[in-house]
Amino acid sequence: MATIQEKIAKLFPEITFSEGNAGLELTVSDEKWHSVAEMLRRDEGFDYLVTIVGMDWADAGLGCVYYLMATDRNELLAVKVIATGDREKPFIHSVHDLWDIATVYEREVYDYFGIIFINNPDMRRLFLNIDWNGYPLRKDYDEDPAINPVSIENERQTDFTEAWVERDGKIVKEQYRIFSPDDFVVNIGPQHPATHGVLRFRTAVDGETIKKIDIYLGYIHRGVEKICEKDTFQQTLHFMDRLDYFSGQNYHHGLCMLYEEAAGIKVNKRIETIRVLMDELSRIASHCLFIGTYCMDLGATTMLFYALRVREQILDIFEKTCGARMTFNYSCIGGVMQDLHPDFVSDVHKLLEVLPANISEYNKLFTGNVIACDRMEKIGVLSREDAISWGVTGPNGRASGWACDVRKTHPYAVYDQVEFDEVVLSEGDSMARFKLRILEMEQSARIISQLIDNIPEGEYLVKVPKVLKIPAGHWFKMVEGCRGTFGLYLESDGGTRPYRLKLAPPCLPAAAVVDHITAGEKIADLITIGGSMDYIVPDIDR
Amino acid sequence: MQDLSVGTAWFHTFLLGFIPEWAAVTLECLLIGVGLLLLYSVLALFYILFERKVCAAFQCRLGPNRVGPWGLLQSVADMFKILIKELISLNHTDKFLFALAPYLVIIASMMAFAVLPWGNGIEIVNFNVGIFFLLAVSSIGVLGILLAGWSSNNKFTLIGALRSGAQMVSYELSMGLCVVTMVVIAGTMNIHELCMAQQHLWFIFSGHIPAIIAFVIFMIVGTAETNRGPFDLPEAESELTAGYHTEYSGIHFGFFYLAEYLNLFIVSGVAALLFFGGWMPLHIPGLDAFNQVMDYIPSVIWFVGKAVALSFIIIWFKWTFPRLRIDQLLSLEWKYLLPINLFNLVLMVIVVTFGLYL
Repeated sequence: MATIQEKIAKLFPEITFSEGNAGLELTVSDEKWHSVAEMLRRDEGFDYLVTIVGMDWADAGLGCVYYLMATDRNELLAVKVIATGDREKPFIHSVHDLWDIATVYEREVYDYFGIIFINNPDMRRLFLNIDWNGYPLRKDYDEDPAINPVSIENERQTDFTEAWVERDGKIVKEQYRIFSPDDFVVNIGPQHPATHGVLRFRTAVDGETIKKIDIYLGYIHRGVEKICEKDTFQQTLHFMDRLDYFSGQNYHHGLCMLYEEAAGIKVNKRIETIRVLMDELSRIASHCLFIGTYCMDLGATTMLFYALRVREQILDIFEKTCGARMTFNYSCIGGVMQDLHPDFVSDVHKLLEVLPANISEYNKLFTGNVIACDRMEKIGVLSREDAISWGVTGPNGRASGWACDVRKTHPYAVYDQVEFDEVVLSEGDSMARFKLRILEMEQSARIISQLIDNIPEGEYLVKVPKVLKIPAGHWFKMVEGCRGTFGLYLESDGGTRPYRLKLAPPCLPAAAVVDHITAGEKIADLITIGGSMDYIVPDIDR
Repeated sequence: MQDLSVGTAWFHTFLLGFIPEWAAVTLECLLIGVGLLLLYSVLALFYILFERKVCAAFQCRLGPNRVGPWGLLQSVADMFKILIKELISLNHTDKFLFALAPYLVIIASMMAFAVLPWGNGIEIVNFNVGIFFLLAVSSIGVLGILLAGWSSNNKFTLIGALRSGAQMVSYELSMGLCVVTMVVIAGTMNIHELCMAQQHLWFIFSGHIPAIIAFVIFMIVGTAETNRGPFDLPEAESELTAGYHTEYSGIHFGFFYLAEYLNLFIVSGVAALLFFGGWMPLHIPGLDAFNQVMDYIPSVIWFVGKAVALSFIIIWFKWTFPRLRIDQLLSLEWKYLLPINLFNLVLMVIVVTFGLYL
């Protein structure tokens, strides 16, 4: 049985290999990239594109790092592709035909780095305005406000999208209409009660039936990745609370682990246990909010208050220890900000006592309701293959039958020492996504109940140099946020600031797949489906 | 049972002592009009507070409790606020139709007030097809909603209006059939006679099985007719922001809002009339002493009390159930409610023909 490295080396002898922290790493030139990708996807089972990290290596050129995963054996693989062409017009061949989510990820890279993906049918900017000048994450980007003044006019809109395609060996630019001229297009968002943030769906409808959705992002884009490059490692941490603001603890945990691994800092078991406890508490709180807001989207307003009762209790626990109810900023490099509050253990016990009764109440009130079942069952069915191809992870992916829980596939902290089941349902409809979150709350409670009485003794913060330097190199880390796999990529040049910090949020694929699963459904189903995907817009836009 | 028409007749003769007949009638009409408007707004204020308090109780909250004792003046304050708000005028809309729509909606519900059985002898208009008239005027309201959606020149309002049109037209059928079912047992369409026909026993008891079926359907249909949850699709806020009245502001929005609550009262009032005797006190055949005691409670209180109690059930629906989807809503009506209703009508005819009622 030849290893993948041997197989690839046999077919493509010019590829160089190296060993990264997450697995094997390949360096491929653009000419070979599409055939390598095709081989990896079709023959080697790398069916999940975790993320595409756009990179500007300054003198070494522009390029991308593709992180791929084979879902049958959870093996990670990184592929580094250097773009051809000069800095004016760098090109890489698109892989949107192999992984559906690549269409969106490539748009993001184009937006930040100006790398043009040949054959991608939709080469618009993803987050920035269409009239933005320059590509902000390039190292030679000019930040002069005169180039991109704050506009007091409405954002320019276009009905067209562009694509660069290869025709007879030449690369030509083509224009396509997004909607046909006689489509009745309704703007759902950016100011809309059911988009859970400033997200905009341009929805072509035929009566009440949805024909096509064009997702329009960037209304809450803050350029977190760009700002991170200007801050020291410690300063980048607090942005994690501001992406998916319901999994602040989990995201913090992830970034701290990434830095600790890169800087070679070892944390003790107490710190790991505290972090896992916080992760799971915020998972319960997040799922509570999901249940509440989702039911409200479907018109059952009363459920919101029942669900928020539990969430409030958890926020009170957080408040005592972290001093905040939303932006905790609790985990830090080398540990946590302060020790657990003396009441923490007893408060968590109280929570664990009331939780089962509350969960059964939710089921009684809503899950079994005839109208609720009619609204959710068989609506927005996402198959397992599509979930993987679109990179829809977390509860949404697991509801489609894809066991994608990072806590199981790549265990971190103390997750390999606690007993819990990865909840996986096979229906893939909105009902499955709803039920799965309720079941997941029970599993989180199970993890907490195993840890809460066994928090090891030790210090809560190990010694870390005040000015942290991370040696040159790159690292990749994944954690399970409340909404799915949160990927982090760090490239360091040996200084005190990240050279590049890429955040791969779980909500972007969840929102991107909405078009795919709503076609042919009713407008009301868009709300059902969008709600069940449970995306958080600041997490998408960053 | 005190017959309140004695009082109105006395007032009429009292006026005739000073002024000629035509002036007396004009004056009375004016007084009734003003009284009705007052009643209308007071009821609306009460209903807004009532719903908020009920909803709060369902949701483990207190509800309004800052303005006045127990928040009693909250809806007065809200009303005042909505009165002083600007009426925003929009570009590219049909200004006349845009302004007309809220009036159509509110006039429809006001006219329905005229034939409600307020009390023994104080029906405002008492004529032989009263309940028929009520059905007719209440269907004007949908015109206002369609106009509002159309004239706002907004895609959300248009979808809301179309939904509303489809919904109202469908559900009016079932409502009409429910009314017809009960008219069969009463043998009259006159509001006063409908109440008097329930002198011995309310129709819900005397009509037994078909009456109970008709009542259940009527409550479902009534909820749909008033655009309330779980049938509030025309204004489903999570889908269409506010549906057909998205673009309205100030008192124009207030009119839609008031009309919604008053329609709730009207539907409950009609249900009270058809199934629970209107203003007729609870009478149980054979228990004469009990019936006498019941008669001491004024008929106005009986009617309003029944209507509010039935509204409570409709409010309860709203705060419990999630919203239906438009196709589910229509299939509920056309595939289930309408056939059941037709069957029920036949059943009622059989019951009446063979004298099987109590």
